[in-house]
Amino acid sequence: MSNIKDAVLNSYGKNVRKCMKCGKCSATCPSYDEMEYHPHQFVSMVEKGDIETLMKSESIFKCLTCYACVERCPRNVEPARVIEAVRFAQLRKQGNNHLIPDMIPDMLDEDLPQQAIVTAFRKYAK
Amino acid sequence: MIFTYYPGCTLRTKAKDLDRYARLSAEALGITLEEPENWQCCGGAYSNVNDEAATKLSAARVLNSAKELGRPLVTVCSACHNVIKQTNYDIQHNATLAYKVNNYLGLDPQYNGETTVYHYLEMLRDVVGFDKLAEKVVNPLKGKKIAAYYGCLLLRPSRALSMDDPENPTIMEDFIRAIGADPVIYSQRVECCGGYITLEDKAQASKRSSAVMTDAEENGAEMVVTACPLCLYNLKKNSGSQLPVVYITELLAEALGVKEESNE
Ligand code: SF4
Ligand code: SF4
Repeated sequence: MSNIKDAVLNSYGKNVRKCMKCGKCSATCPSYDEMEYHPHQFVSMVEKGDIETLMKSESIFKCLTCYACVERCPRNVEPARVIEAVRFAQLRKQGNNHLIPDMIPDMLDEDLPQQAIVTAFRKYAK
Repeated sequence: MIFTYYPGCTLRTKAKDLDRYARLSAEALGITLEEPENWQCCGGAYSNVNDEAATKLSAARVLNSAKELGRPLVTVCSACHNVIKQTNYDIQHNATLAYKVNNYLGLDPQYNGETTVYHYLEMLRDVVGFDKLAEKVVNPLKGKKIAAYYGCLLLRPSRALSMDDPENPTIMEDFIRAIGADPVIYSQRVECCGGYITLEDKAQASKRSSAVMTDAEENGAEMVVTACPLCLYNLKKNSGSQLPVVYITELLAEALGVKEESNE
Protein backbone atom coordinates (compact mmCIF):
# COMPACT_ATOMS: atom_id res chain seq x y z
CA MET A 1 0.00 0.00 0.00
CA SER A 2 2.92 2.29 -0.72
CA ASN A 3 0.78 4.56 -2.85
CA ILE A 4 -1.82 5.39 -0.26
CA LYS A 5 -0.34 8.83 0.42
CA ASP A 6 -0.30 9.68 -3.28
CA ALA A 7 -3.89 8.51 -3.65
CA VAL A 8 -5.06 10.61 -0.70
CA LEU A 9 -3.12 13.69 -1.81
CA ASN A 10 -4.52 13.30 -5.30
CA SER A 11 -8.10 13.10 -3.98
CA TYR A 12 -7.44 16.07 -1.72
CA GLY A 13 -6.00 18.10 -4.58
CA LYS A 14 -4.53 20.87 -2.44
CA ASN A 15 -1.37 21.46 -0.43
CA VAL A 16 -1.32 20.18 3.19
CA ARG A 17 1.99 21.96 3.73
CA LYS A 18 0.23 25.31 3.72
CA CYS A 19 -0.98 24.48 7.25
CA MET A 20 0.59 26.78 9.86
CA LYS A 21 -0.58 24.60 12.76
CA CYS A 22 -2.74 27.24 14.39
CA GLY A 23 -5.38 24.74 15.50
CA LYS A 24 -8.30 26.91 14.48
CA CYS A 25 -9.93 24.07 12.53
CA SER A 26 -10.03 21.83 15.59
CA ALA A 27 -11.09 24.68 17.84
CA THR A 28 -14.15 25.34 15.69
CA CYS A 29 -15.06 21.71 14.95
CA PRO A 30 -18.46 20.69 16.38
CA SER A 31 -17.30 17.04 16.44
CA TYR A 32 -14.06 17.70 18.32
CA ASP A 33 -15.09 15.69 21.41
CA GLU A 34 -16.25 12.74 19.35
CA MET A 35 -13.03 12.51 17.33
CA GLU A 36 -10.01 10.47 18.32
CA TYR A 37 -7.96 12.40 15.73
CA HIS A 38 -8.89 16.03 15.29
CA PRO A 39 -8.99 18.04 12.05
CA HIS A 40 -5.50 19.57 12.48
CA GLN A 41 -4.13 16.08 13.18
CA PHE A 42 -5.63 14.77 9.96
CA VAL A 43 -3.71 17.50 8.14
CA SER A 44 -0.37 16.81 9.83
CA MET A 45 -0.69 13.00 9.77
CA VAL A 46 -1.51 13.01 6.07
CA GLU A 47 1.51 15.23 5.49
CA LYS A 48 3.68 12.71 7.36
CA GLY A 49 2.10 9.79 5.51
CA ASP A 50 0.61 8.28 8.68
CA ILE A 51 -2.63 7.61 6.86
CA GLU A 52 -3.60 4.03 7.69
CA THR A 53 -3.97 4.99 11.35
CA LEU A 54 -6.56 7.56 10.27
CA MET A 55 -8.30 5.15 7.91
CA LYS A 56 -8.84 2.69 10.76
CA SER A 57 -10.16 5.34 13.14
CA GLU A 58 -13.87 6.02 13.70
CA SER A 59 -12.96 9.72 13.41
CA ILE A 60 -13.48 9.56 9.64
CA PHE A 61 -17.18 8.94 10.29
CA LYS A 62 -17.55 11.67 12.92
CA CYS A 63 -16.95 14.63 10.62
CA LEU A 64 -20.31 16.29 9.85
CA THR A 65 -19.07 17.98 6.66
CA CYS A 66 -20.25 21.26 8.16
CA TYR A 67 -17.48 23.28 6.43
CA ALA A 68 -16.72 25.27 9.61
CA CYS A 69 -13.03 24.31 9.37
CA VAL A 70 -13.04 25.02 5.63
CA GLU A 71 -14.44 28.49 6.14
CA ARG A 72 -12.32 29.39 9.17
CA CYS A 73 -8.87 28.02 8.26
CA PRO A 74 -6.67 31.09 7.70
CA ARG A 75 -4.48 29.18 5.23
CA ASN A 76 -7.21 27.74 3.01
CA VAL A 77 -6.11 24.18 3.76
CA GLU A 78 -9.72 22.97 3.91
CA PRO A 79 -9.25 20.21 6.51
CA ALA A 80 -12.67 18.68 5.73
CA ARG A 81 -11.31 17.82 2.29
CA VAL A 82 -8.37 16.01 3.88
CA ILE A 83 -10.80 14.01 6.03
CA GLU A 84 -12.97 13.26 2.99
CA ALA A 85 -9.93 12.06 1.04
CA VAL A 86 -8.93 9.69 3.87
CA ARG A 87 -12.51 8.46 4.28
CA PHE A 88 -12.78 7.74 0.57
CA ALA A 89 -9.43 5.93 0.59
CA GLN A 90 -10.97 3.64 3.21
CA LEU A 91 -14.41 3.26 1.62
CA ARG A 92 -13.10 2.68 -1.87
CA LYS A 93 -11.51 -0.59 -0.79
CA GLN A 94 -13.79 -3.52 -1.55
CA GLY A 95 -15.97 -4.57 1.37
CA ASN A 96 -15.36 -1.48 3.49
CA ASN A 97 -18.74 0.21 3.33
CA HIS A 98 -19.67 1.67 6.69
CA LEU A 99 -23.39 1.71 5.86
CA ILE A 100 -25.28 -0.90 3.85
CA PRO A 101 -28.94 -0.79 2.73
CA ASP A 102 -29.92 -3.66 5.07
CA MET A 103 -29.11 -1.44 8.04
CA ILE A 104 -31.58 1.27 7.02
CA PRO A 105 -34.97 -0.21 8.10
CA ASP A 106 -33.91 -0.24 11.77
CA MET A 107 -32.84 3.40 11.54
CA LEU A 108 -36.09 4.74 10.15
CA ASP A 109 -38.71 6.71 12.01
CA GLU A 110 -41.79 8.37 10.57
CA ASP A 111 -40.20 11.82 10.35
CA LEU A 112 -36.72 10.99 9.08
CA PRO A 113 -36.17 12.94 5.84
CA GLN A 114 -34.91 11.05 2.77
CA GLN A 115 -32.13 13.60 2.67
CA ALA A 116 -30.55 12.03 5.79
CA ILE A 117 -30.37 8.62 4.14
CA VAL A 118 -28.97 9.71 0.77
CA THR A 119 -26.42 11.94 2.51
CA ALA A 120 -25.31 9.13 4.81
CA PHE A 121 -24.79 6.87 1.80
CA ARG A 122 -22.65 9.54 0.16
CA LYS A 123 -20.53 9.78 3.30
CA TYR A 124 -20.48 6.19 4.53
CA ALA A 125 -20.49 4.01 1.44
CA LYS A 126 -19.16 3.70 -2.09
CA MET B 1 -41.57 35.36 -14.79
CA ILE B 2 -40.71 31.66 -14.98
CA PHE B 3 -37.75 30.07 -13.18
CA THR B 4 -36.51 26.51 -13.39
CA TYR B 5 -37.11 24.85 -10.05
CA TYR B 6 -35.34 21.90 -8.45
CA PRO B 7 -37.32 20.55 -5.47
CA GLY B 8 -35.09 17.54 -4.71
CA CYS B 9 -36.04 14.21 -3.14
CA THR B 10 -37.17 15.33 0.29
CA LEU B 11 -39.51 18.08 -0.88
CA ARG B 12 -41.37 15.35 -2.76
CA THR B 13 -41.72 13.17 0.34
CA LYS B 14 -41.19 14.25 3.96
CA ALA B 15 -41.04 17.99 3.27
CA LYS B 16 -44.07 18.49 1.05
CA ASP B 17 -45.02 21.67 2.94
CA LEU B 18 -41.67 23.26 2.21
CA ASP B 19 -42.34 22.63 -1.49
CA ARG B 20 -46.04 23.53 -1.60
CA TYR B 21 -45.62 26.84 0.21
CA ALA B 22 -42.58 27.69 -1.92
CA ARG B 23 -44.61 27.37 -5.11
CA LEU B 24 -47.71 29.15 -3.75
CA SER B 25 -45.72 32.06 -2.36
CA ALA B 26 -43.63 32.44 -5.51
CA GLU B 27 -46.86 32.53 -7.56
CA ALA B 28 -48.20 35.26 -5.27
CA LEU B 29 -45.00 37.20 -5.96
CA GLY B 30 -45.31 36.80 -9.71
CA ILE B 31 -42.86 33.95 -10.22
CA THR B 32 -43.81 30.53 -11.58
CA LEU B 33 -41.52 27.70 -10.54
CA GLU B 34 -41.28 25.03 -13.22
CA GLU B 35 -39.55 21.69 -12.79
CA PRO B 36 -37.35 20.48 -15.61
CA GLU B 37 -37.98 16.96 -16.92
CA ASN B 38 -36.28 13.94 -15.40
CA TRP B 39 -34.38 15.55 -12.57
CA GLN B 40 -32.73 13.19 -10.08
CA CYS B 41 -31.75 13.40 -6.41
CA CYS B 42 -28.62 15.55 -5.90
CA GLY B 43 -27.18 13.05 -3.40
CA GLY B 44 -27.56 15.34 -0.38
CA ALA B 45 -23.84 15.89 0.13
CA TYR B 46 -21.11 17.13 -2.16
CA SER B 47 -18.07 14.87 -2.53
CA ASN B 48 -15.17 17.07 -1.52
CA VAL B 49 -12.51 15.24 -3.49
CA ASN B 50 -10.82 15.99 -6.74
CA ASP B 51 -10.99 12.55 -8.27
CA GLU B 52 -14.71 11.92 -8.29
CA ALA B 53 -17.15 12.94 -11.00
CA ALA B 54 -19.94 10.34 -10.90
CA THR B 55 -21.58 11.66 -7.72
CA LYS B 56 -21.74 15.15 -9.27
CA LEU B 57 -23.59 14.18 -12.43
CA SER B 58 -27.19 14.58 -11.28
CA ALA B 59 -26.48 18.16 -10.19
CA ALA B 60 -24.65 18.82 -13.46
CA ARG B 61 -27.59 17.43 -15.40
CA VAL B 62 -30.13 19.75 -13.80
CA LEU B 63 -27.76 22.71 -14.20
CA ASN B 64 -27.54 21.93 -17.90
CA SER B 65 -31.34 21.55 -18.16
CA ALA B 66 -31.76 25.03 -16.70
CA LYS B 67 -29.24 26.35 -19.21
CA GLU B 68 -31.14 24.75 -22.09
CA LEU B 69 -34.37 26.28 -20.81
CA GLY B 70 -32.60 29.64 -20.63
CA ARG B 71 -33.66 30.37 -17.06
CA PRO B 72 -32.04 30.62 -13.64
CA LEU B 73 -32.29 27.59 -11.37
CA VAL B 74 -34.01 27.92 -7.98
CA THR B 75 -33.64 25.50 -5.04
CA VAL B 76 -35.13 25.61 -1.55
CA CYS B 77 -33.54 22.76 0.40
CA SER B 78 -30.20 23.86 1.87
CA ALA B 79 -28.52 20.60 0.87
CA CYS B 80 -29.65 20.74 -2.78
CA HIS B 81 -28.56 24.35 -2.91
CA ASN B 82 -25.17 23.40 -1.51
CA VAL B 83 -24.55 20.46 -3.85
CA ILE B 84 -25.76 22.27 -6.96
CA LYS B 85 -23.78 25.45 -6.29
CA GLN B 86 -20.61 23.56 -5.42
CA THR B 87 -20.97 21.45 -8.57
CA ASN B 88 -21.44 24.59 -10.65
CA TYR B 89 -18.46 26.29 -9.03
CA ASP B 90 -16.19 23.30 -9.56
CA ILE B 91 -17.28 22.90 -13.17
CA GLN B 92 -16.35 26.56 -13.66
CA HIS B 93 -12.99 26.25 -11.91
CA ASN B 94 -11.84 22.67 -12.45
CA ALA B 95 -11.25 21.91 -16.12
CA THR B 96 -10.75 18.17 -15.52
CA LEU B 97 -14.11 17.87 -13.76
CA ALA B 98 -15.82 19.89 -16.50
CA TYR B 99 -14.27 17.60 -19.11
CA LYS B 100 -15.37 14.42 -17.31
CA VAL B 101 -18.90 15.67 -16.68
CA ASN B 102 -19.37 16.70 -20.30
CA ASN B 103 -17.99 13.36 -21.48
CA TYR B 104 -20.26 11.34 -19.22
CA LEU B 105 -23.37 13.30 -20.10
CA GLY B 106 -22.42 13.61 -23.77
CA LEU B 107 -23.34 17.28 -23.78
CA ASP B 108 -23.31 19.23 -27.00
CA PRO B 109 -23.00 22.16 -26.62
CA GLN B 110 -20.86 21.69 -23.54
CA TYR B 111 -21.88 22.82 -20.08
CA ASN B 112 -19.29 25.04 -18.42
CA GLY B 113 -21.13 26.49 -15.46
CA GLU B 114 -23.30 29.05 -17.27
CA THR B 115 -26.46 28.64 -15.15
CA THR B 116 -27.28 31.16 -12.41
CA VAL B 117 -28.36 29.34 -9.25
CA TYR B 118 -30.53 31.02 -6.64
CA HIS B 119 -31.49 29.75 -3.27
CA TYR B 120 -35.16 30.65 -2.70
CA LEU B 121 -34.06 33.32 -0.19
CA GLU B 122 -31.73 34.83 -2.79
CA MET B 123 -34.62 34.88 -5.23
CA LEU B 124 -36.62 36.87 -2.63
CA ARG B 125 -33.71 39.23 -1.99
CA ASP B 126 -32.22 39.67 -5.46
CA VAL B 127 -35.16 39.16 -7.83
CA VAL B 128 -38.28 40.15 -5.88
CA GLY B 129 -36.56 42.49 -3.37
CA PHE B 130 -37.33 42.42 0.36
CA ASP B 131 -38.92 45.90 0.16
CA LYS B 132 -41.31 44.71 -2.56
CA LEU B 133 -41.99 41.55 -0.58
CA ALA B 134 -42.87 43.66 2.48
CA GLU B 135 -45.44 45.54 0.38
CA LYS B 136 -47.17 42.27 -0.54
CA VAL B 137 -47.50 41.09 3.05
CA VAL B 138 -51.14 40.99 4.17
CA ASN B 139 -50.71 39.17 7.51
CA PRO B 140 -47.59 40.68 9.08
CA LEU B 141 -46.24 38.44 11.85
CA LYS B 142 -46.11 41.46 14.17
CA GLY B 143 -44.08 41.22 17.34
CA LYS B 144 -43.14 37.60 16.74
CA LYS B 145 -39.55 36.89 17.80
CA ILE B 146 -38.04 34.54 15.24
CA ALA B 147 -34.59 32.97 15.26
CA ALA B 148 -33.15 32.32 11.81
CA TYR B 149 -31.27 29.04 11.65
CA TYR B 150 -28.78 28.95 8.79
CA GLY B 151 -26.89 25.82 9.79
CA CYS B 152 -23.92 24.92 7.64
CA LEU B 153 -25.08 24.16 4.13
CA LEU B 154 -26.75 27.46 3.24
CA LEU B 155 -23.61 29.56 3.59
CA ARG B 156 -20.51 27.39 3.44
CA PRO B 157 -18.15 27.08 1.70
CA SER B 158 -18.74 30.74 0.94
CA ARG B 159 -16.41 30.92 -2.07
CA ALA B 160 -18.76 28.58 -3.95
CA LEU B 161 -22.12 29.49 -2.40
CA SER B 162 -21.57 33.28 -2.36
CA MET B 163 -24.92 33.84 -0.73
CA ASP B 164 -24.05 36.02 2.25
CA ASP B 165 -21.34 36.77 4.82
CA PRO B 166 -20.64 33.27 6.21
CA GLU B 167 -20.10 34.49 9.78
CA ASN B 168 -22.50 37.42 10.03
CA PRO B 169 -25.27 36.70 7.54
CA THR B 170 -28.32 38.95 7.24
CA ILE B 171 -30.44 37.41 4.50
CA MET B 172 -32.77 35.42 6.79
CA GLU B 173 -33.05 38.26 9.30
CA ASP B 174 -33.97 40.64 6.47
CA PHE B 175 -36.56 38.10 5.34
CA ILE B 176 -37.98 37.93 8.88
CA ARG B 177 -38.23 41.74 8.98
CA ALA B 178 -39.90 41.81 5.56
CA ILE B 179 -42.71 39.58 6.82
CA GLY B 180 -43.20 41.89 9.80
CA ALA B 181 -41.52 39.88 12.58
CA ASP B 182 -38.45 40.56 14.76
CA PRO B 183 -35.26 38.57 14.15
CA VAL B 184 -33.37 37.10 17.12
CA ILE B 185 -29.59 37.04 16.75
CA TYR B 186 -27.71 34.18 18.47
CA SER B 187 -24.27 32.70 17.91
CA GLN B 188 -25.33 29.11 17.10
CA ARG B 189 -27.31 30.21 14.05
CA VAL B 190 -24.40 29.30 11.73
CA GLU B 191 -23.28 26.11 13.51
CA CYS B 192 -24.23 22.57 12.47
CA CYS B 193 -27.33 20.72 13.78
CA GLY B 194 -25.59 17.35 13.48
CA GLY B 195 -26.92 16.58 10.00
CA TYR B 196 -26.73 12.94 8.88
CA ILE B 197 -24.94 11.83 12.07
CA THR B 198 -28.46 11.30 13.48
CA LEU B 199 -28.49 7.95 11.68
CA GLU B 200 -25.62 6.47 13.63
CA ASP B 201 -24.95 8.69 16.62
CA LYS B 202 -28.11 10.09 18.20
CA ALA B 203 -26.13 11.42 21.16
CA GLN B 204 -24.01 13.62 18.95
CA ALA B 205 -27.02 14.84 16.95
CA SER B 206 -28.81 15.67 20.16
CA LYS B 207 -25.79 17.50 21.58
CA ARG B 208 -25.56 19.68 18.49
CA SER B 209 -29.24 20.40 18.01
CA SER B 210 -29.87 21.12 21.69
CA ALA B 211 -26.96 23.61 21.67
CA VAL B 212 -28.69 25.44 18.81
CA MET B 213 -32.14 25.42 20.37
CA THR B 214 -30.94 26.40 23.86
CA ASP B 215 -29.05 29.36 22.41
CA ALA B 216 -32.09 30.50 20.40
CA GLU B 217 -34.35 30.12 23.42
CA GLU B 218 -31.98 31.95 25.77
CA ASN B 219 -31.95 34.86 23.36
CA GLY B 220 -35.72 35.16 23.47
CA ALA B 221 -36.82 33.30 20.36
CA GLU B 222 -40.44 32.13 20.17
CA MET B 223 -39.82 30.19 17.01
CA VAL B 224 -36.95 28.92 14.86
CA VAL B 225 -37.08 29.08 11.09
CA THR B 226 -35.07 26.96 8.62
CA ALA B 227 -34.87 26.06 4.94
CA CYS B 228 -33.55 22.54 5.48
CA PRO B 229 -35.60 19.36 6.13
CA LEU B 230 -32.73 17.67 7.96
CA CYS B 231 -32.18 20.71 10.21
CA LEU B 232 -35.90 20.75 10.95
CA TYR B 233 -35.79 17.06 11.85
CA ASN B 234 -32.76 17.37 14.13
CA LEU B 235 -33.97 20.53 15.85
CA LYS B 236 -37.41 19.01 16.47
CA LYS B 237 -36.61 15.37 17.20
CA ASN B 238 -33.15 15.43 18.73
CA SER B 239 -32.94 18.68 20.70
CA GLY B 240 -35.45 18.04 23.47
CA SER B 241 -36.71 21.61 22.99
CA GLN B 242 -40.41 22.47 22.67
CA LEU B 243 -39.77 25.63 20.65
CA PRO B 244 -41.60 25.44 17.30
CA VAL B 245 -39.40 24.95 14.22
CA VAL B 246 -40.94 25.91 10.88
CA TYR B 247 -39.95 26.24 7.25
CA ILE B 248 -39.24 29.68 5.75
CA THR B 249 -41.80 29.09 3.02
CA GLU B 250 -44.58 28.28 5.47
CA LEU B 251 -44.07 31.61 7.26
CA LEU B 252 -43.90 33.36 3.91
CA ALA B 253 -47.17 31.80 2.73
CA GLU B 254 -48.80 32.80 6.01
CA ALA B 255 -47.59 36.40 5.68
CA LEU B 256 -48.71 36.58 2.05
CA GLY B 257 -52.14 35.23 2.99
CA VAL B 258 -51.93 32.20 0.70
CA LYS B 259 -51.53 29.54 3.37
CA GLU B 260 -55.14 29.13 4.55
CA GLU B 261 -56.45 29.43 1.04
CA SER B 262 -54.38 26.41 0.03
CA ASN B 263 -55.67 24.35 2.94
CA GLU B 264 -59.34 24.81 2.07
S1 SF4 C 1 -16.31 19.82 8.39
FE1 SF4 C 1 -15.91 18.08 9.77
S2 SF4 C 1 -13.86 18.43 10.56
FE2 SF4 C 1 -14.54 20.37 9.67
S3 SF4 C 1 -15.43 21.51 11.39
FE3 SF4 C 1 -17.12 20.39 10.42
S4 SF4 C 1 -17.27 18.43 11.52
FE4 SF4 C 1 -15.27 19.34 12.03
S1 SF4 D 1 -6.95 25.99 10.66
FE1 SF4 D 1 -5.80 25.59 8.76
S2 SF4 D 1 -3.72 26.38 9.18
FE2 SF4 D 1 -4.78 26.19 11.18
S3 SF4 D 1 -4.20 24.10 11.91
FE3 SF4 D 1 -6.15 23.89 10.80
S4 SF4 D 1 -5.53 23.37 8.71
FE4 SF4 D 1 -3.72 24.20 9.71
